[in-house]
Amino acid sequence: MAAPLVSMHDIHKAFGPVKVLEGVDFELIAGEVHALMGENGAGKSTLMKILTGIYAPDSGTIQVDGQPVSITTPADAEKYGIAIIHQELNLIPALSVADNLFLGREIQRFGLLDRRAMTKKAMEWLAQVGMEKLDPDTLVERLSVGTQQMVEIARALGQNARVLIMDEPTAALSEHETTTLFKLIRALREKGTGIVYVSHRMEEIFALCDRISVLRDGKFVGTRPVPGLAFDEVVKMMVGRTLEARFPSRNVTPGKVRLQVEHISGGMVKDVSFDLRSGEVLGVSGLLGAGRTELARLLFGLDKPSEGRVLLDGEVVTATNPNQAIHAGFGFLTEDRKAQGLVLDLSLRENISLPRVPAHIGLVDRGGEKTQTRGLIDALKIRTRDMELNVSALSGGNQQKVVLAKWLALKPRVLILDEPTRGVDVGGKAEIYHIINQLAEQGVAILMISSELPEVLAMSDRILVMHEGHATALLEAHGATQETVMTAATGGH
Amino acid sequence: MTLQLNWSQAKTLFQRLGSVIGLLLLFIVLSVLSPDFLTTGNLLTVLRQVSINALIAFGMTFVILSGGIDLSVGAILAFTGAVTAGLMAAGHGMVLSVGAGLALGLVLGMVNGALVSWGKVAPFIATLGTLTLLRGLTLSYTQGSPIPVTNPGFAMLGGGYIANLIPLPVLWMAIAFILCGFLLRGTVFGRHVVAIGGNQEAARLSGVRLSPMKLAIYGLSGLLSAFAGVVLTSRLYSAQATAGAGYELDAIAAVVLGGTSLAGGRGWLFGTLIGALLIGFLNNGLNLLGVSSFYQQVVKGIVILIAVLLDRRQ
Repeated sequence: MAAPLVSMHDIHKAFGPVKVLEGVDFELIAGEVHALMGENGAGKSTLMKILTGIYAPDSGTIQVDGQPVSITTPADAEKYGIAIIHQELNLIPALSVADNLFLGREIQRFGLLDRRAMTKKAMEWLAQVGMEKLDPDTLVERLSVGTQQMVEIARALGQNARVLIMDEPTAALSEHETTTLFKLIRALREKGTGIVYVSHRMEEIFALCDRISVLRDGKFVGTRPVPGLAFDEVVKMMVGRTLEARFPSRNVTPGKVRLQVEHISGGMVKDVSFDLRSGEVLGVSGLLGAGRTELARLLFGLDKPSEGRVLLDGEVVTATNPNQAIHAGFGFLTEDRKAQGLVLDLSLRENISLPRVPAHIGLVDRGGEKTQTRGLIDALKIRTRDMELNVSALSGGNQQKVVLAKWLALKPRVLILDEPTRGVDVGGKAEIYHIINQLAEQGVAILMISSELPEVLAMSDRILVMHEGHATALLEAHGATQETVMTAATGGH
Repeated sequence: MTLQLNWSQAKTLFQRLGSVIGLLLLFIVLSVLSPDFLTTGNLLTVLRQVSINALIAFGMTFVILSGGIDLSVGAILAFTGAVTAGLMAAGHGMVLSVGAGLALGLVLGMVNGALVSWGKVAPFIATLGTLTLLRGLTLSYTQGSPIPVTNPGFAMLGGGYIANLIPLPVLWMAIAFILCGFLLRGTVFGRHVVAIGGNQEAARLSGVRLSPMKLAIYGLSGLLSAFAGVVLTSRLYSAQATAGAGYELDAIAAVVLGGTSLAGGRGWLFGTLIGALLIGFLNNGLNLLGVSSFYQQVVKGIVILIAVLLDRRQ
């Protein structure tokens, strides 16, 4: 039997006193898609950074094709044919596809760029990823995220990569783009490329991958072949226990109508009407680009509605900026918590009190602020040693709880949640569901936008389905299925 | 207060103390090299010189913390100084003239803020534009010649002493430091300044109103520049059209030397004070040591680069 493409053995890595990896093994054979799983902070990205030469391991061995190698710089990794496709794509928007493909390794003739040769080669590389129709002279900024990802893969393959590491590759892709990507991944597997697939998305992994390796708290838990593997077993490997309930139950009967949205239009959103009761969770489902986030932005005063009106507890609300929306009683947890939800350089305390700093006539009330922060840290079980810690030091799940705490401090009447569990690990998700339930029980009306159908189905009382800006269905969650929601989301009947 | 420091806090503390250590080292070296350095008279003279830059740099700290930059401070200083002197030369009283000068500085700063927020002009470009515009206005207002001031009370503002010892500008600097420090750390306004610099979008979505904030931030910078203009005009007994040329760079240097990030969102006012003192004592020391003014600039440039490089290494 041929030696594995890559074999990492007994890898240790610590940052200062913090042990991030303790004796991790990982093996990738040619022609397999190998999922690397684990909760946030389990050590997945550190392991991959060691394989790509960004970090040096403290101890342990790496073999490529059975030969011991030392990978200490990204250039070493490239030499051994190891390439990584990052979640945040590394392309330069203002340069063309060909320029990006050859960035740093431009083909030259007499010291000048040989554009013709590069264009020709670029077309060959693009054909390898099924993008033969893409003009290499197109500027990258004109491409969709999915196409940009294809360009990155083409670049890696053009550099003769035999090992492709993909970090949450589908996070920003549409359904259609995901299908295209999966087709490509399967084709590459046929050709003998080894693919490491880092993701939280269980459904995808079961559909795509051959083997799963799981890390937990920096330790290697095990590698299992996917055929015959149960979903629950993977969860158990990741969290070290079975989650009794992925979705905790809620004990509340929705009360009186709190929010009435009447024929609202604006931007992508076209003539959407619904109402939302206190204590109710209304799920909003739809494909990427269906206008879900845009609907939230209209309600929160970020965009201006061209038509329609919004009533909160029977009174018309016209918010033209977030400040007014907040004063009216709205809270809005955005989908991108790093870009829009948090100030990463500020502490937990300062982030939580950002929407309303406890103060008397403009002077910060330090004591009041600390009491409020401590109360919310306890109530939401935010795991931190210190409220003065920068939020950038927290895990994804805890960061998301800080954003939630920020809004809870305001006691909103309507809370809009946009992808509340994105990038949050399994254990963290359950805790966030629990918090959502508590809020509903306290009478908060919740509008929950989510792309995860199981989440929408389990957490909602009713589901609003959107398609191309229109509300195509308003379903009772009880009795709805993935199929009925998807049918409405794709515009079918 | 908790005594436990986590790693990031310890790192921040070290970074911040860097400028203090630099200042102490400079102090020791200059004391050894020059017998004239460590005298009360010399130190107070330097403090008086520093006060102008410090006043401007305090305002600049707010602007840079919010993720912006204000290149127009020197031009605002010159224009408001000239208008203040012009009003007194026209026979108006000191209180009215100074009040008008300060109000003008505030308004000019708010114009910068309006260009940046409502006009959506990049701060660098907006304030470069007002810099050029105000320099031109000052030249045409003064017709290129100094406007002398004879009001004895006004001359006290920049030239007076407390107890015949401490120059009044040093007192203004101290008062401005305390007020600005409190504004930054003790008020909702200060909190929002840092939040905007750290993540403008997150701040906006949290209900921080960006336009009024930017008007206030640049307005504060304009107000402090105008105040520096009044003090400088008073000390020189006249307003010069070219006063304050290049002061924006000294102020930015003081802020950066003090450890405030040019990207915004991270910094402190005490560092700016230290940064201004560093520049002041460095100038003074080089003068005392007889270094030519040409080489003084070279040394200053090197110090700034070293400071920033040390900061990056962290």
